[in-house]
Amino acid sequence: MLSLHSYLILSAILFSIGTVGVLIRRNAIVIFMCVELMLNSVNLTFIAFSKYLGNIDGQVFVFFVMTVAAAEAAVGLALMIAFYKNRESIDVEDLRLMKW
Amino acid sequence: METIFFTLVAAAAVLTGLLVVTCRNPINSALSLVMTFFCLATLYVMLDAPFMAAIQVLVYAGAIMVLIVFVIMLLNVRSEAGKRYTHAGFISSVVGCLLLFISLYFLNNSSLTGVRGSLDAAVINQVGHTELIGKALFTDFLLPFEITSILLLVAIIGAVILTKKKI
Repeated sequence: MLSLHSYLILSAILFSIGTVGVLIRRNAIVIFMCVELMLNSVNLTFIAFSKYLGNIDGQVFVFFVMTVAAAEAAVGLALMIAFYKNRESIDVEDLRLMKW
Repeated sequence: METIFFTLVAAAAVLTGLLVVTCRNPINSALSLVMTFFCLATLYVMLDAPFMAAIQVLVYAGAIMVLIVFVIMLLNVRSEAGKRYTHAGFISSVVGCLLLFISLYFLNNSSLTGVRGSLDAAVINQVGHTELIGKALFTDFLLPFEITSILLLVAIIGAVILTKKKI
């Protein structure tokens, strides 16, 4: 049987990749996808712990995380469309209205 | 056997995760992300959570990614040939490596704690994974479940309001 550690290490690697993606990319949609990647790596942690602790609660948490991700997708993409209608771009470097 | 399979799937997940970050064209990133989701669904099956794997494929690879690809196509984002598509690469890589090393350090220097429950593969096969999830969701987690419905309502209203012509 595989140990819990291998799953947690994979999850840590995916989370770091997602973090780097959020920090380096300029396209807002790609940043959004990297956030989804980070959420998924946390889901993997939840399910791995759920198996190795013999408790179903972790998987119920994954269920809620997925719901929040779906809501976030709806609102986030609507925001991007609204931004694109104003600026003809979804580059985050053009999103500096509140910067001084 | 299981270890070899895990290694293959994990390598595919990491590779496609890297492609999500490095691809210049957002469509390629989206397709790589779908592949990552499928790899994670495979891992969920290996972790005795078939219902979660099904939800992963249906909700993430099915619904959310279709929405994202739809928006990419709708906005007609050019592949930005020649333009810079990243910023702050060096600092971000340092931050990412630091994050990875810190988490791996704590993983290596910690041990599993907590009370073990009664769930194992035999129980899941006998009762059924969906039934177990449903039981937990509608008894112990009933209040969060109801709050989730309010969250979804707010998200629907927010999406409709945001995409209106005049706010």
